[in-house]
Amino acid sequence: MRVVESINRALHDLMEADLRLVILGEDILDPYGGAFKVTKGLSSAYQDRVWTTPISEGGIVGMAAGMALKGRPVIVELMFGDFIALAADQIINHAAKFRWMYNDQVEVPITIRAPMGGRRGYGPTHSQSLEKHFCGVPGLTVFATHEYADPGALLHRALASRSPHLIIENKVMYSRPVLGAGALPRPTDSDVVILTYGGCVEHAVAAANKLAEEEEIATTVVAVEQLSPFPCVEVLSQVGHCSRVLAVEEGSPGWGFASECARALIGRVKHFSALAGPDHPIPSSREWEDDLLPGVDAIQAACIDLFKKG
Amino acid sequence: MNELAIRKDGDIPASSFGELKLVPSSALQNLTFPQAERTLLGFELPTVARLYQQMILIRLVEERLLELFSQGLLFGTTHTSIGQEANAVGVVNALDRDRDIVWSNHRCHGHFIAYSGEVEGLIAEIMGRVTGICGGRGGSQHLCFRNFHSNGIQGGIAPVAVGCALARKDEGAVAVVFLGDGTMGEGAVYESLNLASVFGAPVLFVVEDNEIAQTTPKSLTVSGSIIARAEPFGIRTFAYDGNDPVEICELAQEAVGYVRAESRPCWLYLRTERIGPHSKGDDTRPALRLEQARARDPIPPMRRRVAHFEEIDAFCRSAVDRAVESAAAAALARG
Repeated sequence: MRVVESINRALHDLMEADLRLVILGEDILDPYGGAFKVTKGLSSAYQDRVWTTPISEGGIVGMAAGMALKGRPVIVELMFGDFIALAADQIINHAAKFRWMYNDQVEVPITIRAPMGGRRGYGPTHSQSLEKHFCGVPGLTVFATHEYADPGALLHRALASRSPHLIIENKVMYSRPVLGAGALPRPTDSDVVILTYGGCVEHAVAAANKLAEEEEIATTVVAVEQLSPFPCVEVLSQVGHCSRVLAVEEGSPGWGFASECARALIGRVKHFSALAGPDHPIPSSREWEDDLLPGVDAIQAACIDLFKKG
Repeated sequence: MNELAIRKDGDIPASSFGELKLVPSSALQNLTFPQAERTLLGFELPTVARLYQQMILIRLVEERLLELFSQGLLFGTTHTSIGQEANAVGVVNALDRDRDIVWSNHRCHGHFIAYSGEVEGLIAEIMGRVTGICGGRGGSQHLCFRNFHSNGIQGGIAPVAVGCALARKDEGAVAVVFLGDGTMGEGAVYESLNLASVFGAPVLFVVEDNEIAQTTPKSLTVSGSIIARAEPFGIRTFAYDGNDPVEICELAQEAVGYVRAESRPCWLYLRTERIGPHSKGDDTRPALRLEQARARDPIPPMRRRVAHFEEIDAFCRSAVDRAVESAAAAALARG
């Protein structure tokens, strides 16, 4: 099963199980089934609960928050995660705030799915990884799905919590087969641990495999599924006694995943380094984009550097 | 302005919360019944007296809040609706409080009191006490009580209200969202009008046009016609300029009736006046303009229509006194 099918299956199951659940998004009706085909078949199966919306990301997230507040859980699909900036006020000042601000008198079961990431040649406004801007927002949980776990199960978990969730789905990953956690390189005694998430996981795994074969550097890949609140305890336990950690993310450098990893690891590791995307917009040129985003070679080189530090 | 129908006949039915004591209005010829049977929202009173009581209650609460500020007993911010009380009581009394939903903005005390009568919870909330309606977490502009909500972000509440209306549509509920002339600058409002119309949301958009946004006059920031804004979205529009709570209530009843029956959005424009400052001491309007605003104070004309207004005033004043006392005695919210 591919990632897109895993999410699609979960959407079907959730719609089947909760007759009040509504799915909102742009261009999500059949036969199109969404820009990345994640909602395919849903509007045919649940005609009255799958609504195609105007191009109003702020409006639809706000509307979803209102529906959720009054007892109708909602899953919102943002066509491109880049468009989430248009919904920032609704997420930060409305959906994520209601429960606490209203003294826990209400709950807001809303899940926003956002396809993020580059490597598709979509250029500056359709290739970003904007999730860091939504991490650290009180009241909002941010997940990033990946093929070494169960993308569908992650969606179930978000819905079951009955609180605002943002799920980051990597666009390239949609077509990848679901491999499960067993496929992650986890040598018993690691020389290096790579902490990463989302679309970078497959590159980290490829780099770890090469490091083992070519350099005999035992590398563990920890694929973090919950970005915010950051699961410090879990990450620390995964890092274990390894003294070298590399954090890899696709978004722009600074104030992001690597910073959060570093915070969790203060005083715990000897050597820490980080890889991120460019500090300028992502170019449309396919080759240039590939050069800029942290890929297998860059990750491998960074691990070797860490290893040489002792 | 395509609808300006004001019905003059007929009494406005009082809706109520279950636990509040109700006295049939036919039994009341005057206001000499025992205090124990009085409700803060005056459910036992005939329409005009009831609307007056709610208005003066709002006025007294907000005047007291400004006093408490000047005495240094409150901190943070607060936005009073002094002068706009007729809108709050007119619109809210046209609703079914048991199922309808109200979304309000930063200037929400009047709407809140008209909906809930929870004066004690409001004052305690603004004073940051554990007994506040949101346990001291929300303060002046972030209130929640049953189906009443407010938030301090301009325009952001509009799509949320549309969603609330859609969620409860099958139960025959209506959502009302209070906006102002200043909010007309927010894109979220126009997305909401489109969404409400496209999805058939039973939502009443109420625009309270007091012609000023904080310190900036409407003439500098609002283009075109506020009244005409919703019609191009296929949304029926009502407009009113008079600051009379009875007329507003009758018009709101018609609008709410339409929204409920047709499951369609509606736009209700109410011309009003903010007599007080935006927040506390920040009124920069010229004296003449303030005088014009005060001339449209909705309270004095109502006093001419309610024979026993002094008794009502005293009843409300003592309720406010008690609320302030009990809030002051409650523990400060500290988490």
